[in-house]
Formats: sequence, C-alpha cells, structure tokens
Amino acid sequence: MNAPIDRAAALAGIGQPRLRKEDARFVQGKGRYVDDIKLPGMVHMDIVRSPLAHARIKRIDKSAALAVPGVIAVLTAEDLKPLKLHWMPTLAGDVQAVLADGKVHFQMQEVAVVIAEDRYSAADGVEAVAVEYEELPVLVDALKALEPDAPVLREDLAGKTEGAHGRRLHPNHIFTWEAGDQAAADAAFEAAPVRVEEALFYPRVHPCPLETCGCVAAFDPVRGELTTYMTSQAPHVVRTVVSMLSGLPESKVRIVSPDIGGGFGNKVGVYPGYVCAIVASIVLGRPVKWIEDRIENLSSTAFARDYHMKGELAATADGRITGLRVHVVADHGAFDAMASPSKYPAGLFHVCSGAYDIPAAYARVDGVYTNKAPGGVAYRCSFRVTEAVYLIERLIDVLAQKLNIDKAEIRMRNFIRKEQFPYRSAFGLEYDSGDYAAALRKVLDAVVYPALRAEQAAKRADPASPSLMGIGLTTFTEVVGAGPTTSCDILGVGMFDSCEIRVHPTGSAIARMGTISQGQGHQTTYAQIVATELGIPSEEVQVEEGDTSTAPYGLGTYGSRSTPVGGAAVAMAARKIHAKAKKIAAHLLEVSEADLEWELDRFKVRGDPGRSKTMKDIAWAAYHEPPPGLEPGLEAVHYYDPPNFTFPFGAYLCVVDITKATGEVQVRRFYALDDCGTRINPMIIEGQIHGGLTEGFAVAMGQKLDFDAQGNILGNTLLDYFLPTAVETPRWETDYTVTPSPHHPLGAKGVAESPHVGSIPCFSSAVADAFAHLGVTHLEMPHTAYRVWQTCRELKLAA
Amino acid sequence: MAKQLIRVKVNGRDIERAVEPRLLLVHFLREELDLTGTHIGCETSHCGACTVDLDGRSVKSCTVLAVQCDGAEVATVEGLAQGGVLHAVQEGFYQEHGLQCGFCTPGMLMRAYRLLQENPDPTEEEVRAGMSGNLCRCTGYQNIVKAVLYAAAKLREAHKAEEKIAA
Repeated sequence: MNAPIDRAAALAGIGQPRLRKEDARFVQGKGRYVDDIKLPGMVHMDIVRSPLAHARIKRIDKSAALAVPGVIAVLTAEDLKPLKLHWMPTLAGDVQAVLADGKVHFQMQEVAVVIAEDRYSAADGVEAVAVEYEELPVLVDALKALEPDAPVLREDLAGKTEGAHGRRLHPNHIFTWEAGDQAAADAAFEAAPVRVEEALFYPRVHPCPLETCGCVAAFDPVRGELTTYMTSQAPHVVRTVVSMLSGLPESKVRIVSPDIGGGFGNKVGVYPGYVCAIVASIVLGRPVKWIEDRIENLSSTAFARDYHMKGELAATADGRITGLRVHVVADHGAFDAMASPSKYPAGLFHVCSGAYDIPAAYARVDGVYTNKAPGGVAYRCSFRVTEAVYLIERLIDVLAQKLNIDKAEIRMRNFIRKEQFPYRSAFGLEYDSGDYAAALRKVLDAVVYPALRAEQAAKRADPASPSLMGIGLTTFTEVVGAGPTTSCDILGVGMFDSCEIRVHPTGSAIARMGTISQGQGHQTTYAQIVATELGIPSEEVQVEEGDTSTAPYGLGTYGSRSTPVGGAAVAMAARKIHAKAKKIAAHLLEVSEADLEWELDRFKVRGDPGRSKTMKDIAWAAYHEPPPGLEPGLEAVHYYDPPNFTFPFGAYLCVVDITKATGEVQVRRFYALDDCGTRINPMIIEGQIHGGLTEGFAVAMGQKLDFDAQGNILGNTLLDYFLPTAVETPRWETDYTVTPSPHHPLGAKGVAESPHVGSIPCFSSAVADAFAHLGVTHLEMPHTAYRVWQTCRELKLAA
Repeated sequence: MAKQLIRVKVNGRDIERAVEPRLLLVHFLREELDLTGTHIGCETSHCGACTVDLDGRSVKSCTVLAVQCDGAEVATVEGLAQGGVLHAVQEGFYQEHGLQCGFCTPGMLMRAYRLLQENPDPTEEEVRAGMSGNLCRCTGYQNIVKAVLYAAAKLREAHKAEEKIAA
C-alpha cells in the first residue's frame, strides 16, 4: 500500500495547483466553439441594423435583397408578429423588440435579418435591404431623461405607470429602488460634525469577450425537436425561455453551450439574434448559424455600468463613518435588459457600505431609458457590485483627505472587525466572514508602505520633478454566489445550482453540472473537489457542462457563483455517494459502519489497518454485489440552495508614476491580496486574479463606450475600444489570506471577479492620490493620458 | 461570383481549390478546410486570434485573401504538434497556465512559434512587444509571457542537443 502522502498526490485534489484538464484540446486547436459547428444543410443569418439612434421606420423594402444570389429569406418584425415573437420579455421584467417594431430605439438595433446559403451572401443581402427612416429627437444624457420635455422613448409603454419594480415617475423612468433606512441615515448626517460628498460617474463599458456572441439553431421538423448551440453562460435558463416563447415543450428543446471564448457577463442575456436564428430554423427547417462581428458585439449586446452616482459620508472628527447616503441615476438604455436576480433591479448594489461598520445607510437608484443599447450586465462582477465598491472606496478616500488622515489608517478605524462576523450591514446583508484588518496589514508590510509615503513626500516637495507619484488603496468586500432561492430567482426559477455524479464500475467517474465554464477551468476545479471527497484521482473524473439534455438544471456561471453554488453542489452530491460507499464497505468488510474510518481514497477498519476497501473496490461491488436491500449503482444528484451569499474580500495597493508633461500613467507596482476562503486550485486562482486585474486596468485606464449627441456610438471597434496588450498591462503581484466561508461545505467563496471589482477603484485612488496635495479629490475614469494631461494642465503642471 | 483556382500548402499538405476572390484566408481555413483552430475575434486585425504563419511570417488571416496565398505555405495551430508530441510553445502554455478560455490561444501559439524563430532568446520585454499584436481577455498576459519564455528555453536546449549530436 502506498504511503498516504503519495496517494494524496495521486488524487490531485483540493489545494493542489494541478495543471488544467481542458488545455489539451485548446493548445491543439481542437476546442469546439459555436462558430466551429457545421451542420448538414446549414445556412447563415446576418442582421440589418439601424444607423440611427431614434427614428420611426417608414418602410422596409426587401425586394433587392431577395434578388441577391444565395439569399433565401428576409425577416422583419411584420414576419414575426403572427408568431408573437417580434417582442420578447427581458430578464428584468421589461420587453425588448426582437426586430424593430415601427421604430428604432438605439443605433445598431436589429431591424431585419437575412438568411442566405453562406455568410458572404447573407452580408450582401444585408446591404441590399432598403429601410426608410424618419428621425426623432434623441435622448443620450441619462440625467436629462426625466425632464418634462425629454423625448419619450418607449411609446409601447404609454400610460403604464407601474413597471416590474413599482411606480414609474415619468415615461422614461423604469424603476426606483431603495435600500437601508432613510430616516436613520438623515439623522446620522444631521448629527455629524464631518460630511463629504462626491459625484462619481461610472462610464458605460462593455465586457468584450474575445469570442463574440452567436448560435447555430437546428430545428428538426420530423421529430419536432429544437437543438441550439449557443454562446450562453446560462443554457438551462435559455431553454426555459425558448420553451416559453416558442410553445415547444421544454423536453423538445435542447440548448448546448459548447466551449465559450470568454463571457464576463456579456453572454448571460438572450439576444434578438438568437431568437431570429431559432425562428428562421423553425420556418426553414434547416440549421441556421448566426455569429456577430465585433462591431455588432460592442454596439448591441449587453453593456455594463453607466451609473451616475452621488455619494455622501457622515463622520466623526476622528474619521469614524456614521452614515452613508447614495443616489444613483442608472442608464439602462432603450430596454431594461439588466441581468440580475428578479427582485434586485439594482443588483447587489447594497453592498455599497463596503468593508466598513457603518451604522446608518440609505441608497436609492432610479433607472431610466435612453437611446442606447439595452443591458446592464455584471462585467466580471456580481450584479452591480463593481459600482458599489467603486462608490464606497472613492468616498472613504475623499473623507481621509478632508480629515488629513492616511487612507490606510482611516480604513483600519472603520473596518468591520473579525469578531463582528456574521455581520449584518445597515443594508441588511449578512456578511459571512472576514478579517479585513489582517489583510490590509499584510499588504502594507509587503510593500513597506511608510517608505512609499516618504518617497512620495520627497517627490511632492520637489517642484522640478518631472513626474507625480500616486498611491492607491482599496479594501473591499464582494457579495457573490447568488443565491438563496428565498431571495434570488431568474424569471421565477430559484438560483440554486446542481451536480450529478456517477461513479463507474471500474472506479472512474463523471460529474455533470448546471454551470458552464467560459475559461474558469471548471473541468479541473470540480474534478479536484470530487477527488478529495471521494478518493478518485481528479485525472479520472470527467466534468461535463452546458448540454441541457444531459446536465442537471442549473442557473449557470456568472456573478462568481460556480464555486460558491456549483462547487458546493459537487461536494454535497459526492457526500451522498460517500455515505452509500460506506454502507457497501461495511458490508464487504463485515463490520458496522461505525467501525470504519475514511482515509483519502478508502475506508479502513478502525484498529485493524490491514483491512480496508478502496473507492475502486467499492465501485465494483456497487455494480457487482451490492449489499442486500441496497439498490445497485453508485451515483447521486444534488441541487444546492445556498443559505447565504459568500463575501470574498481583498486589499489592493497600487503605485503609479504620472508624467506631468504628457499625462501618461505608469503603473509601477500593483499588489493584490485576495481572500476567497478555501483555495481549490491555487494556480487557477492566480490566473483568474491576473485576468481580473487586467480587465480592471482596462476599465480604469481606457474603456468607455461614448456617444455623441445624435446617439452615434463612438468607438465600437477594437481600434477605439481599449483592450490592453502585453505591453501596457502591468506586472501583478499576488498574495492571499484564507478566511473560509462558514456556510459553504468546502469553505470556498469564489474568486474570479474580486480582482476586477477591487482593482478599478484602486487605480482611481492612485491617480487621484498623485494630485491630492493639490486639492484634487476625485478624477473620472478612464484615466487616459489625454484626460490626465488635461488635469496636469489645469493645475499648471504641464504646458 | 467567378472562382479562381489556388494552390496552397497548408500544414505541409498540398491543397488545390477554386475560391471566390473575396474569400478571406481565415474563412478558407475554417470553412473550406475545416481547420477551425484558427479563430475570429474581430474584423479589423487587432485581436490576433486569427494569426497564422504565411511563408515564414505571422499574418492575421482575417485580413488576407485566400487568393493572395496562391503558391504560398501556410501553417496553423493544427500543424504545430508533430508525431503526437506537442510543440514547445504548446507545452509552455500548458505548463505555465498560459490560457483560460482558449479562444486567443491558437493565435498566441502561432505568434510565439514565429517570434521564437525571429528571436530565440528573447527578454521578457521582447516577448511582450513581440506578442503585442495578440489580445487576451482572460490571462492578463503574465502567464503567457512565462509560457513563451518556457518554450524559448526548451527550444534552445533542444537546439544545443542537436548541435552536440551533429558535432
């Protein structure tokens, strides 16, 4: 018998930095992404889009397009009307035009689709569709949406004073959402000796995964079955939606998410292109492929953020925060297609009291329509957590500056202390666990914080210095792992997740999941959980996701929910198998279960180490000679309903050098400490953190979807939309602490989004800090050289 | 549209096809030859997911016409592994966790393959500059850089061993 240490290594379970199981196919060009799928008889779809942001459609002439060689059909809203599919419900309780119904509401909106034999003729057909528009006044500025004379966008909602989330105050108003206690917060402000406030605009950005969205819809008219391969982060929910919209029984709808080339929230929603491809396939009886190009992806699929926030802090003279008040105007675009649990129109924005013990808080968010693409997705974050963390982290810096207290010190004074967990925030969230002070202390020690401050002071004292030095700090908590079905649902389906494990007779296993990886390495991570729970080497555990015909129902992968919810389901399913395996082992060893103890991959008879049965032995027996009264086989399924969210946290520090003459911001150092509870695969965790930090860097330093006054989107190609290369991207230093979640079966909390959420305010904190001695409290993102140079010029630091 | 006959060597295999003059190389590879390892991430030559090797140079196959490749040699990710053994760049990406979703990976690999022939012993800075035509949204590049340096070291070792045998 091998020594336990060797057997543990062979299992490569929880805690091991094992290499990824999925890589073999990816490095050999054998991944299978949606656009790689080719079915017999397949045709291609392309979309006619609006050049205008707000206009009435006078006429659509298909005739020239239908004459293009290879073009099979052209569909408009008129063609979808008899099927009642010209509008579709959104995840947020609104409706969205599948194809523009009489008017367009944003530039690049879907107006018609062309189906043709190949993608080139489909594109020719799109060029040939003639659409006549009558221009309408355009609403771009969300802050003007509720003015009495603002152009009214949604004529389809005329007279509807109640929306999915209560009263609508104006034709362009979607909802008002409130959290916390307004009276208590007001009282705190009245009593407070110190108050600060700041207006913060979080620009509209786009997740921009490298693979765009697309699908292959294949309706089999003989069997009456619809199979759709789709870039979806939530295939099971899509199946339910497709069944509801099409009238096909859910058992005859199969959604498959194959390999997905990144999602970051962009692939949660159901887009008009998917619906049109499905309709076209049903109508034509042939498979229909639709793949967006990059311009379409950036212009029409779900954006993120676009939050106009005003925040205020009340505090004592020594910097203890006593109150928080927030008001947000949220620009949701032309249709409210925000992807979020149904009851949360502003997502989990109410984590905006952050890592701090704030006794009184109140937040109000008003959602409005504008002539921009619909959406409001969580771009590598749990619903609106990025906005919330940005708000509180910027505000606490502003408070520190006003009181002339160091920004590390003011955080130490306000942290929720370790012994306060579980902690109920003023907004009602119950934080599971944390040790914020220890995390911050570790970071400050690692970077030798006082030395950095001394260097900065010397630089500030020297007016001849060609550069400015800024030190950014964030200490954040997230709220992820949505979520408890008592409060979280998507279209009425509770946000549990699931795992089905089957151990085969010879001892290897398959785990099927309700989640779907878009690069997170689920095939590896989940296999490691099975390895530790069941003693089956992770190499021998297959993980399958994404096919609704074989996987158990799950809500998908976004909001850092795979490990908190899916990972928990793996552990729970494995424990059911473990319990049955124990019965079988007791039978085989002719002892009672109480006499058995588990060691890595086997049950041993207590006090008789020579007698044991491995999981492999037990698997064989399960199929060969199950104990009397026990059904054969060795499998289990578990639907895990999390008792609470999880709260991963971190402390980040960033040092920037800014060239006064040019405004260029150089990130000298970025130190990221994350605490995601139990760490399942440290290598994958580090990779996720590198990626999240890089996306955070992109958002803070360059990404913005801008619009001109006519609603023209400015910069919808990779020429203009900033995706950093290896040259601009800073070098990341990572660190960690481990504070397990007390309610998760493995103690894990989820990790991939923390670095995005936590880094963005850290960059802003560093850039503002470089100018802090000149009275600057806040600078809006993105911190491009041009914008920073403008600040330098205003402050007479640059010519 | 009238088609034009082209002869191309792809991953060592001679191919003769009649193609539309407007057909992009990337569509030729993916749709005519079923070599779907080469991906499309944009249509403006920015992302590099479609990078292949054309007559010993890295090109973005979304902005090359198939007819321009008449008489040329093209190498794609499918041609990297030889005799069931991964190429050093493939091994490097696997060992150093240089990929996540895998979508940029074939382009990264083909660029790294060419870069290491242009410069067999690059510094970290040179790798970053040499790979800057390829975008990745997942990894933050840190492990991609490590992967390329891993491959460089491995290729240099193999080269030394070959020289020893030859001597």
